[in-house]
Amino acid sequence: MKGYNFAYLDEQTKRMIRRALLKAVAIPGHQVPFGSREMPLPYGWGTGGIQVTASVLGAGDVLKVIDQGADDTTNAVSIRRFFARTAGVRTTTRTADATLIQTRHRIPEKTLRDDQIIVYQVPQPEPLFRLEPSRVETRRMHGLADYGLMHVKLYEDIARFGQISISYDYPVMVNRRHLMSPSPIPAFDNPKMHRMPALQLFGAGREKRIYAIPPWTEVRSLDFDDHPFRAINAARPCGLCGATDAYLDEVVTDDRGGRLFVCSDTDHCAERRAAGHVGEEGLKEAAE
Amino acid sequence: MAYVTVKGGEQAIDNAHAWLAEERRGDQSAPDLTLEQIAGQLGRAVDRAMGEGSLYDRELAALAVKQAQGDLIEAAFLLRAYRTTLPRFAHSQPVDTAAMQIKRRISAVFKDLPGGQVLGPTYDYTHRLLDFGLADGADRLAAPMGKSETTKMPRVPDILGHEGLIEPDGSGNAEPGDLTREPLTFPATRDVRLQALARGDEGFLLALGYSTQRGYGGTHPFAGEIRMGEVSVEIEPPELGFAIDIGDITVTECQMVNQFKGSKTAPPQFTRGYGLVFGFSERKAMAMALVDRAMRAEELGEEVTAPAQNVEFVVYHSDNIEATGFVEHLKLPHYVDFQSELQNVRRMQREVAHATERAEAAE
Repeated sequence: MKGYNFAYLDEQTKRMIRRALLKAVAIPGHQVPFGSREMPLPYGWGTGGIQVTASVLGAGDVLKVIDQGADDTTNAVSIRRFFARTAGVRTTTRTADATLIQTRHRIPEKTLRDDQIIVYQVPQPEPLFRLEPSRVETRRMHGLADYGLMHVKLYEDIARFGQISISYDYPVMVNRRHLMSPSPIPAFDNPKMHRMPALQLFGAGREKRIYAIPPWTEVRSLDFDDHPFRAINAARPCGLCGATDAYLDEVVTDDRGGRLFVCSDTDHCAERRAAGHVGEEGLKEAAE
Repeated sequence: MAYVTVKGGEQAIDNAHAWLAEERRGDQSAPDLTLEQIAGQLGRAVDRAMGEGSLYDRELAALAVKQAQGDLIEAAFLLRAYRTTLPRFAHSQPVDTAAMQIKRRISAVFKDLPGGQVLGPTYDYTHRLLDFGLADGADRLAAPMGKSETTKMPRVPDILGHEGLIEPDGSGNAEPGDLTREPLTFPATRDVRLQALARGDEGFLLALGYSTQRGYGGTHPFAGEIRMGEVSVEIEPPELGFAIDIGDITVTECQMVNQFKGSKTAPPQFTRGYGLVFGFSERKAMAMALVDRAMRAEELGEEVTAPAQNVEFVVYHSDNIEATGFVEHLKLPHYVDFQSELQNVRRMQREVAHATERAEAAE
């Protein structure tokens, strides 16, 4: 784009971010402060993810952007356009074709490869912030690996509700050392982070933190031996493609309690339907 | 109902932007606002956008105010997103406000002082009655000219400083921090804290400053001096080795003088709270000075109990661009997380129902 550098950020800023990324990869799960820039999109819209993407994006990359698992949600459209405009890179909606995937709130269903990078948009990088609001304190707690507070919170959940009541942004232990926020992905997606072949990068623009999980790193959702981690999902197949192992959105179809459950990962669902898989809704339509 | 995956986000965004542009223009039979009109007649709005946008450029700020339809946080956001793409050449020498070309200068702690009290273009003593004459368009106006002032106008804290009644000012020779380039770290030094306050939201600082006056971290302040006018900005390029003037800017400065009973290491003396803001923004400068002093509680050995004294709380929450972004991001889709919460609540309700059934069966 005229008047702007490739992928918007100037090269000095990209180098600063890449240095932060290298440090983040070297200390998996550790939050690295960085000089987050003020982006032309608002804080909370993915400024951290956008800066990370801009810093690792090359002219040959193929970019996929999803929000809530979907390529066509307005914010995903807006960010994809931003890079199409400022970097002129190819974009795609197909997970397998992408070299770089920026996401908000989901991990694609298709297993990522070791030649792919996934960039998460992170609103709140500090996993302990609900328990201790001071970042001076939480930094000290990470330094000492002092995570008793979080274990007590999980224990209290079990004592009060009989189970852990966190359903998204479920805290994980990375490389057996750092407690980390997986970003607000549903707990359903947490197991995908464990020993993922792809490089996972996390950008929090407003909070000015970057962190990372190198490929094949151990990522464990916090739990107890007698209360193992359980992912939550609707107990039924996708209405459109019949998938039973994908995370489902609940779509309200009328005002009398009518519901349709469909894949949140729109690319996954479309690919399955193209391959001939049909869900209950599809069968109904075919019968009509 | 046959379910169709929602498509068409791209078209929807384009249409929304087109509608916004039309709304912004308003009734097209009325003349379009010029930037001169905005910079000239909505000066306080332009000042605020420059201050919170951290960019001193009246023309760009006027454009931002126009583009944002007068939404000043949006205008500051536009300026910040532009500013961030500009290279940073240098930091300026400390601005010498003692040499200010004064338009307004008042002190609440002395009846009269060298240079006198200069009211300047203030609303302070206006009666807030709607002036219906303004609605019809005003006549040519001319304020009476005073004699050109040549008396020196020393700053009130400097007057107090001669007697050792007020703590000395910090030295200004080190390179100042810049939180637009380096992430905030704690403990935050005073230069960075002042930068955060100068960029901070006027309303937030006003409320925090006000809270210190109502008992939440009181600082016993006096408005030692408020001055507004033009100062020159100088930089010293390393290759030259001497300072050069790069232009004049209008600023408002407030120096609060606060009571201090002394500590083990410091004698009883007055302490400072400092406020400096682009343009004519007296309310902001005063609030900033109150909050600056409140945040020095720990340094001065005072008990830290109130929000305004909590540096982390103030500095992390004063930036309205960060705040508006994060508050407003709640309108982005969150249905994936909400879905997991739905399933979670349903599961927990089932558990409760089963437990009740079991209890009833056991009776």
